[in-house]
Amino acid sequence: MSTHPSRDDAPVLEVTDLSVEYHGEHRTVRAVDRVSFTIGRGEIFGLAGESGCGKSTAANAVMRLLREPAAITGGTIRFQGRDVLALDAEELRTLRWREVAMVFQSAMSSLNPVMTVGDQIVDIFTTHERLRKSVARERAAELLELVRIDPGRLRSYPHQLSGGMRQRVVIAMAVALRPQLLIMDEPTTALDVVVQQEIMAQIAELQRSLGFSVLFITHDMSLMIELSHRMAVMYAGRFVETAPARDLFAHPRHPYTRALINAFPPLSGPNTPLVGLREGVRFTDIPDLREEAPGHWVAPVPVGTVIDGGRA
Amino acid sequence: MSTAAPATSTRTDPPAAPDAVISLRGLSVDFPVGGLFSRTVVRALRSVDLDVERREIMALVGESGSGKSTIARCIARLEKPTAGQILVDGVDVLRSEPRRASRAYRRKVQMIFQDPFGSLNPAHRVHQFLERAARLHGRATGAEQMRELVEELMATVDLPAEMLESRAFELSGGQRQRVSIARALAVGPEVILADEPTSMLDVSVRIGVLNLMRRLRDERGISMLFITHDLASARYVADRTTVMFAGELVESGASMALMARPAHPYTQLLLSAVPDPSRAGSYDPAERARLRAAVLEADSCPFDGDPGPTCSRTEPVRHDVGPAADRHWVRCHLYRPAADVASRALAVDTVDPTDPAAR
Ligand SMILES: Nc1ncnc2c1ncn2[C@@H]1O[C@H](COP(=O)(O)OP(=O)(O)OP(=O)(O)O)[C@@H](O)[C@H]1O
Ligand SMILES: Nc1ncnc2c1ncn2[C@@H]1O[C@H](COP(=O)(O)OP(=O)(O)OP(=O)(O)O)[C@@H](O)[C@H]1O
Ligand code: SF4
Ligand SMILES: [Mg+2]
Ligand SMILES: [Mg+2]
Repeated sequence: MSTHPSRDDAPVLEVTDLSVEYHGEHRTVRAVDRVSFTIGRGEIFGLAGESGCGKSTAANAVMRLLREPAAITGGTIRFQGRDVLALDAEELRTLRWREVAMVFQSAMSSLNPVMTVGDQIVDIFTTHERLRKSVARERAAELLELVRIDPGRLRSYPHQLSGGMRQRVVIAMAVALRPQLLIMDEPTTALDVVVQQEIMAQIAELQRSLGFSVLFITHDMSLMIELSHRMAVMYAGRFVETAPARDLFAHPRHPYTRALINAFPPLSGPNTPLVGLREGVRFTDIPDLREEAPGHWVAPVPVGTVIDGGRA
Repeated sequence: MSTAAPATSTRTDPPAAPDAVISLRGLSVDFPVGGLFSRTVVRALRSVDLDVERREIMALVGESGSGKSTIARCIARLEKPTAGQILVDGVDVLRSEPRRASRAYRRKVQMIFQDPFGSLNPAHRVHQFLERAARLHGRATGAEQMRELVEELMATVDLPAEMLESRAFELSGGQRQRVSIARALAVGPEVILADEPTSMLDVSVRIGVLNLMRRLRDERGISMLFITHDLASARYVADRTTVMFAGELVESGASMALMARPAHPYTQLLLSAVPDPSRAGSYDPAERARLRAAVLEADSCPFDGDPGPTCSRTEPVRHDVGPAADRHWVRCHLYRPAADVASRALAVDTVDPTDPAAR
């Protein structure tokens, strides 16, 4: 369903050779390891991968949200051509509110527990757009409808909403100020597929009409393939494959990508036992990506590596 | 809710299924919403009857906001129902332990919470969560034995033992989810209430956890209420699946049968919405509009002439569909669950792009 965005202008986001390390008390983790990607204007870029492989860390780095003991140990991040790593506090504030918005993976617990969701949304408009309260209320109600919540719920406190409702409120807040880049880290884990489809269709609609870009992180490969223009698969801090989404689905080249695509249980047919990645298989020393087909980049796999998830 | 109690007595399902570990009867929950002086209530659950049997995985799927977590929280005794009974091994626990759950109860019934970011104290270390759970419930006495137990638990959920020293805030979403699973297992429960336990796991790790759930059921006889939005996972692991819509159960049956022949329009809508990249684009918009309308608007009674029990517009009964072995029933097509419940998600019309909300 996704048509390719025009690529004549410079990318909105350009990440080059990014490395991030956590220096914990007991372990040092290189969570992101020499990762490079670009997101074009109006492009939806999907990021999938193993649990714990560094997706959230990469997203947080783009927003400059990493704190001690995390450190960006290498690489550059450019947003609209500006060096994000060199921004001062004031510029960062603008970046985070007006230019890049993020739905955190912890969205369900990221709302202020002592304020109604209505007041929280109204606050965004009164502080950042200097709207009058009454106008802001109207806008807040419209936003809730966008994410399929009855505007009557503006008076609810976060704990009075279900997990998925809180997630939807946070999505609404992220699009409130019409950012140029929207980062969504697992935004639909608590949504049923009907509501998920409707909301993602709304976001895609907004995205097309306003022309913003999206960095979309999810474990739901089907959703990602349906929605993204291009996507990347990450493993142990490294990218192992990037390609146009449809292409990656039709011709996954890296064995880890194949495992992700083939290992989910079907909705029809016999219920055969499945296995995840074959026990003990780990990829280490993942090499840089090579372009194996136009626009389709893959990390070469050492010959003799046998791993395939899927039917046991 | 005042009608819940009399309604229970006219129900057609048996009062207490003999094999049930957990039986809910007429469970209703009303929540006050709005400010201090508001008298509005949200009817989160409306007279729910549900059985989870021994050695059974029962999946609970349904609309966001339909009351799934509320059911689990009631069973875990974190929420007090407005009306109805919770029978555990045939004992009405709201009577036998009216104020709060006993220690024995908490040992027997463990809950895995929906939000792994909100349910693990970020400053605590992984081994503390596991040791506390194990100790609280009298498992593993010596230090040596404890070490073995927690390391085994980590391996079970596919996390490295080094991570035992990590604090919760150092963990990724999926790592936290696995710690939550391990914490529930540490207690050695008979019943696990798992609220979206695998939503942040990649398919490969997810399959591992689903296989673990099967093993716990088959080898240790553990029963589970498995709340999920992933219908494929429900089908893969759950013996039966129950579908919720707007605070009510609308359909239930053997998972394979239910997903092959969904009877309720909401279940059909739900299954049709599962993204499938092998279908070009999304599902057929015309079919979807038809289903949507069927969910929201009354049409005709498919059980006209059914010699079974009769329904009323306000209290429809369960109609059996398919062979008895599938235990597949559906509750009404024409009647739709009370609209003042949480059903708002679907009640909003598709916003057209020229609409102010999408401007
Ligand atoms: N504050 C921290 N201190 C130490 N290690 C951390 C910290 N935050 C994250 N990590 C580690 O960095 C790695 C990457 O974490 P990240 O949250 O980016 O993973 P992810 O890809 O988002 O995973 P998931 O899909 O499970 O959310 C993990 O191994 C995690 O344990
Ligand atoms: N403490 C509370 N106070 C007021 N309303 C509540 C409270 N807890 C839940 N609700 C309401 O009850 C309904 C059911 O919520 P519940 O959390 O059980 O839904 P759910 O099926 O788990 O949804 P999700 O899939 O989004 O997590 C929702 O309308 C919710 O807003
Ligand atoms: S409640 Fe539903 S199933 Fe029962 S008679 Fe009415 S329409 Fe038919
Ligand atoms: Mg993450
Ligand atoms: Mg819930």
